Amino acid sequence: MRVSLKDWFKSGSPWIWLNAGAVAISMIMVIGLLIFIAIRGLGHFWPGQIMQATYTLPGETPVLIAGEITDTEMVPARQLEAMGIVLPEGQLEAKRILLKVGNRDIYGSDFRWVLENHLSNITYPKDMLSLERHEWGNFYGNLKTVKAAGEVVADVASDEAKARELFAKYFAESAAIHAELLKIQKHDIGGINYALERLRLKERGLELKGEKTPENLAPLEAERAELEAEYNAMQGKMSELYANENKNSFTVVEANGREQEYPFAKIVRFYRPNEMGLFAKIKHYFSKVGEFLFDDPREANTEGGVFPAIYGTVLMVVLMSVMVTPFGVIAAVYLREYAKQGLLTQIIRVAVNNLAGVPSIVYGVFGLGFFVYFLGGSVDALFFPEALPSPTFGTGGLLWASITLALLTLPVVIVATEEGLARIPRSIREGSLALGATKFETLMRVVLPMASPAMMTGVILAVARAAGEVAPLMLVGVVKLAPSLPLDGNYPFLHLDQKFMHLGFHIYDVGFQSPNVEAARPLVYATALLLVAVIALLNLSAIAIRNHLREKYKALEM
Amino acid sequence: MQKQTEEQNMTAETQNTNKSHSFNVSAMGRENKGLNMAQEEAALTVKNLKLFYGEKEALHGVDMIIPKKRVTAFIGPSGCGKSTLLRCFNRMNDLVEGCRIDGEILLDNQNIYDKSVDVAELRRRVGMVFQKPNPFPKTIYENVAYGLRIQGVTKKRVIDETVEWALRSSALWDEVKDRLHESALGMSGGQQQRLVIARTIAVKPEVLLLDEPASALDPISTLKIEELIHELKNDFTIAIVTHNMQQAARVSDYTAFMYMGDLIEFGNTDELFTNPSKKKTEDYITGRYG
Repeated sequence: MRVSLKDWFKSGSPWIWLNAGAVAISMIMVIGLLIFIAIRGLGHFWPGQIMQATYTLPGETPVLIAGEITDTEMVPARQLEAMGIVLPEGQLEAKRILLKVGNRDIYGSDFRWVLENHLSNITYPKDMLSLERHEWGNFYGNLKTVKAAGEVVADVASDEAKARELFAKYFAESAAIHAELLKIQKHDIGGINYALERLRLKERGLELKGEKTPENLAPLEAERAELEAEYNAMQGKMSELYANENKNSFTVVEANGREQEYPFAKIVRFYRPNEMGLFAKIKHYFSKVGEFLFDDPREANTEGGVFPAIYGTVLMVVLMSVMVTPFGVIAAVYLREYAKQGLLTQIIRVAVNNLAGVPSIVYGVFGLGFFVYFLGGSVDALFFPEALPSPTFGTGGLLWASITLALLTLPVVIVATEEGLARIPRSIREGSLALGATKFETLMRVVLPMASPAMMTGVILAVARAAGEVAPLMLVGVVKLAPSLPLDGNYPFLHLDQKFMHLGFHIYDVGFQSPNVEAARPLVYATALLLVAVIALLNLSAIAIRNHLREKYKALEM
Repeated sequence: MQKQTEEQNMTAETQNTNKSHSFNVSAMGRENKGLNMAQEEAALTVKNLKLFYGEKEALHGVDMIIPKKRVTAFIGPSGCGKSTLLRCFNRMNDLVEGCRIDGEILLDNQNIYDKSVDVAELRRRVGMVFQKPNPFPKTIYENVAYGLRIQGVTKKRVIDETVEWALRSSALWDEVKDRLHESALGMSGGQQQRLVIARTIAVKPEVLLLDEPASALDPISTLKIEELIHELKNDFTIAIVTHNMQQAARVSDYTAFMYMGDLIEFGNTDELFTNPSKKKTEDYITGRYG
């Protein structure tokens, strides 16, 4: 039996197919995107094999080359011909390999493209050592000797096991010292510096008020002397630690036999990927992921972690939510419950809806002009004159960034709350009024709790939008590297005036402003994945709250 | 949808009334014979009450009293203004945009439409139960305690006692005493409506307005509500709007028949049903129109 096209259309199945197809395509795109950045980003932390090969460029003497294969591509012969490289007869394309050769201090660059045709004798030597350094990126090569206070104590040539053992031991020692130093630097010295700066501001404040008398200055001076003594003690301790950290060293040989000596203090971690088993690699992988999540960035953000960026993103979003929710809810309550419904409220509503469509960079410009320069400038003039001419609030910072984003997401919260209020059944309000509650009491005790899931929906949408915004933040307070976290142990703990790091901006910075493009690329993917994960996490927590509220205030089926 | 069910109700009633022609009121176990309006004390006095929705006049000057500690039923066809009149008693109509009122309603010799009247206080004294159960999405306990909390009662003992008293008075205590702190939304429709009544009487109003309290309920729940009204009459003045004439006959002492915004007849329930003085009343209760 033939079904005519007309009947088929009437049956509705083409539309079902169309809908299902649209959903499927959307799903594929979203999941594909996530899988793509996940593979690119997560693969970065896996320890790759270190290849060693003889590299022979035509007409030059062969050299040894060692490194990790990070990428490969096929290049057509004609393109190579244009570069002056002739392939053997019959070969139409050649494989080109991106090798991470490391040793930037020796070679000048971490990465090198080589043609597979020019490689021979490819081996994966077991004892190949990969050193992650605080500076100059990775080092690939072989351990030669270990030195204690300048004296060779072990030589790989004579006793490899001992050399390795001592290497590991000295490394652990210096790593412990390094951690201690870092703690002193960040925490103790940071605290002293902060206190000194406050003293300086106090003194300047006295000067401005014309009360800079010896009596007033005395306590400040005493405190300063105390702090400086403390500082000097710290300095002494630190130089001692530095000396200890740099006491032991080792020598390594890179692929072509050039010998280098480094103190253990220069090393972040070492590993021999070619002899690692699967388990050791997994362990290494998670230690790298841990470093990425919980450490500070190093080397112009191309190494180390992104912890300050995660911290800044989350803190900024939380502050934004705290600001936008009450404002949005109060505005929506007024618009829906108290304002006389008419042309004016309609116009306001349309205006609010349109605000949501204003490009975010415009909010950034507004934030810079109004919040930072005008409000911040006035605040500085009124409350922080002692710090001038260096601005306190008169420059981009956490507070202004949060407020700018709160402004940006305000329409979303207003619209969602208004819809929620409109959905509360009239009978419930009447029930409350009939019991002798005033309109305000009805609002506070019945209507607002029942509308709270809708408010949370608004907050969820606001968080989703704000956490991903970068453009306005670049104008009102985000920096590529913030010296300290905006929430720390120094009074008053939450530093609203401080600049902060943000994952979205970090992606932009690492991806486009980095001097080491090849090293940065996988980090761009990893950071992007992390940003998605952070936003998803923020959203999920908001959704969990909303579902809890929904369950609690399940509206009547009316 | 709702309109349709109402119409169905009406037809069912019409058929019923056609069969029996008039109600055998005494067979319903009610003893209100001999009640005389002239001897009643008025809880509410309505004086020439006119109500306008915009330009349209919905009530054309109603004069009546709601007798104290009695049940007064309002009957009449859909749209006759009986619910509107009921909602005038606690100024619920204030919430309707474009609604204007002319005339007086006296509670304790004070016009409730006077400017000096605190509407919230008035509504506490004149409580109201609506057609559909509207419990708040709170626990059973909190629903009943709501009115008290609004009044600023904070002593837990007082609230506990009042909640128990209200739930007992509305014949709900035995059913819910073990789940006072569960959501009220998990109750059946009939229980919810009794909860709403408990919630209303918890603030000890003087007058209880019931706007078709059983129209959304099944027969068993309806019966329970009617029994409850019978009990509550000892403590409260009750005014009830109903579509169901048997219900009016069963529960009320006095009945008011309204038609097209006019109060046609108001009197002792027995008399109104057995011996109506107006032609329109007779036509309605015998089902000639509705």
